[in-house]
Amino acid sequence: MAVRAGYALALLLAVVVLNFTLIHIAPGDIADTIAGDMGGATEEVMAQIRADYGLDKPFAVQLGIYLGNVVRLDFGYSFFFNTPVTSLIAERLPATLLLVFTAQIFALVIGVILGVISARRPDGLLSHFVTLLALFGYSAPVFWTGIMLLIGLSLLLPLFPVAGMIDVTLIDAPLWRQCLSVAHHLFLPALTLASIFLALYSRLCRASMLEVLGADYIRTARAKGLSERDTVYRHALKNSLGPVVTLAGLQFSAVVSGAVLVETVFSWPGLGTLALQSILARDTPTILGILFFSALVVIIGNLLTDLVLRLIDPRIRGGGG
Amino acid sequence: MAGQTQQMTESDSQTPRAQHPLREVLQMFVGNRAAVVALVILMMIVLAAVFGPMLYPTDPFEMVWAPFTPPGTDGFILGTDYLGRDMLSGLLNGGRVSLTIGLVAALMSVFIGISFGALAGFYRGVVEEVLMRITEFFQVLPTLLFSMVIVALFGASLTVVTIAIGIVSWTAVARITRAEFLRIRELEYVTASRAAGASNMVLMTRVILPNALPPIIVQAALMVGSAILFEAGLAFLGLSDPNVVSWGQIIGSNRTYILDAGFTVTIPGLAIFVTVLSISLIGDGLNDALNPKLRRR
Repeated sequence: MAVRAGYALALLLAVVVLNFTLIHIAPGDIADTIAGDMGGATEEVMAQIRADYGLDKPFAVQLGIYLGNVVRLDFGYSFFFNTPVTSLIAERLPATLLLVFTAQIFALVIGVILGVISARRPDGLLSHFVTLLALFGYSAPVFWTGIMLLIGLSLLLPLFPVAGMIDVTLIDAPLWRQCLSVAHHLFLPALTLASIFLALYSRLCRASMLEVLGADYIRTARAKGLSERDTVYRHALKNSLGPVVTLAGLQFSAVVSGAVLVETVFSWPGLGTLALQSILARDTPTILGILFFSALVVIIGNLLTDLVLRLIDPRIRGGGG
Repeated sequence: MAGQTQQMTESDSQTPRAQHPLREVLQMFVGNRAAVVALVILMMIVLAAVFGPMLYPTDPFEMVWAPFTPPGTDGFILGTDYLGRDMLSGLLNGGRVSLTIGLVAALMSVFIGISFGALAGFYRGVVEEVLMRITEFFQVLPTLLFSMVIVALFGASLTVVTIAIGIVSWTAVARITRAEFLRIRELEYVTASRAAGASNMVLMTRVILPNALPPIIVQAALMVGSAILFEAGLAFLGLSDPNVVSWGQIIGSNRTYILDAGFTVTIPGLAIFVTVLSISLIGDGLNDALNPKLRRR
């Protein structure tokens, strides 16, 4: 586990270096943006701005300073939002974490249930439904699915709120009322985001379950008189979950990507909407900070996946890796 | 999964009457009804995108009628959008852009993926270590965010958008190619070729690669679909070339008006959905045809 954590740190460092390099080689810099906002500036003023932001120093020095700040969790100052980047992100990160992890759990739970049921009746109606659902989830653009759900369940049939994360009138309400409101706002975005992955998981769970159900030890379990329920849920399910969890771990970067689109559709106040705002405003420090934290979310997701895999499969527990 | 791929030559020798391998693949593919229907639909979409703008020469940017004209009224088959632009024209012209970007970006990422996977699987050792670390690095970066940054930094032109998609989506191909190369490089006929004096380049490109292709082809087909979705996502966020129409861009620009005219968002979404669905069904069909041993499902 210590090896994996060290490796994760190295990955994060690489993310920072790559992004800093990219932004450095791109045409235009902060001085251009600020000058643009001011309505133009003379060469001397531009040079002054570059000196203020340390842009006149060599690349390696700038990178070194930036890395040193990153270690202290200082991501600079956003001139667009007029706030330190770290506090800006700290404000938005919980919303994204909530969305990403709820969507993954939705997708895993519903996916596994659908997968198991359709594996027990491979030619049943539900099994065909799962195949169809899988095709839909894979082929429909996630932002479109979101808009369709929004039209259906928020506008035509006003069951869910159209946008945001919490009812603003609840500022002084008790905590449980606020939590309820967040859950109410969270449902559609999380379902939309889950729709891509739900299908993927149910299909893999079905395949993996079918394979396990054909194994010898399942025949043994049945032969020794174990009930069908115990056979399927205690023996087979446990052994077919491994591939599904592994796949879910690999999807974390895709889930974070999808979250950007879903947040935009539902005006969810997370990192995705912040990313779009700061990209359109060319707010470099904020963009760099968001990329760092989104990579961090993916890495933490991967580490959590490893932990879950160890819990469900004792074979991995013993060995290192 | 890819490790179990059977080679064409082997299954040939097992059938009593040897057929040309391609013919066998074709027969398997035709046997999959869904894949054939999907192929026909995709052909129609491609034809509409290629010839449609010539047969229906309305400018997709021109304001031709009142905004939000419902489909089928006043001679506008698909109605008009929030600026009174012809939706049908937007759909036909947008199809060109979406399909082209999807195809080129997928080709690009297949090329990168095969290069990475082949070198890693063939040379092993330090080369493999470095290349696979880079691959993992790209798996950790949230792809959409990364390409948003690229597009924002280098300008939203067709070329930049295509490169931004291609450069982040090659990791799956690299992993599949590496797995196939690791398996095939140990086979006897590779050793035989090596003994016969084949250079590393010849071994990689002429001896191993052709036999590693089946799972890569399937993945490549799916990549075209996901590249189209990717472009649609970027365009939806407003990060696409403002001088060309694409399906995602139509959705993005009409998004605020879903209450007034849901069809302006529904129709281009359906176009993306049907296209990507056809491509995934074709991919499934190819998978069954190219890897007949994996068919049991």
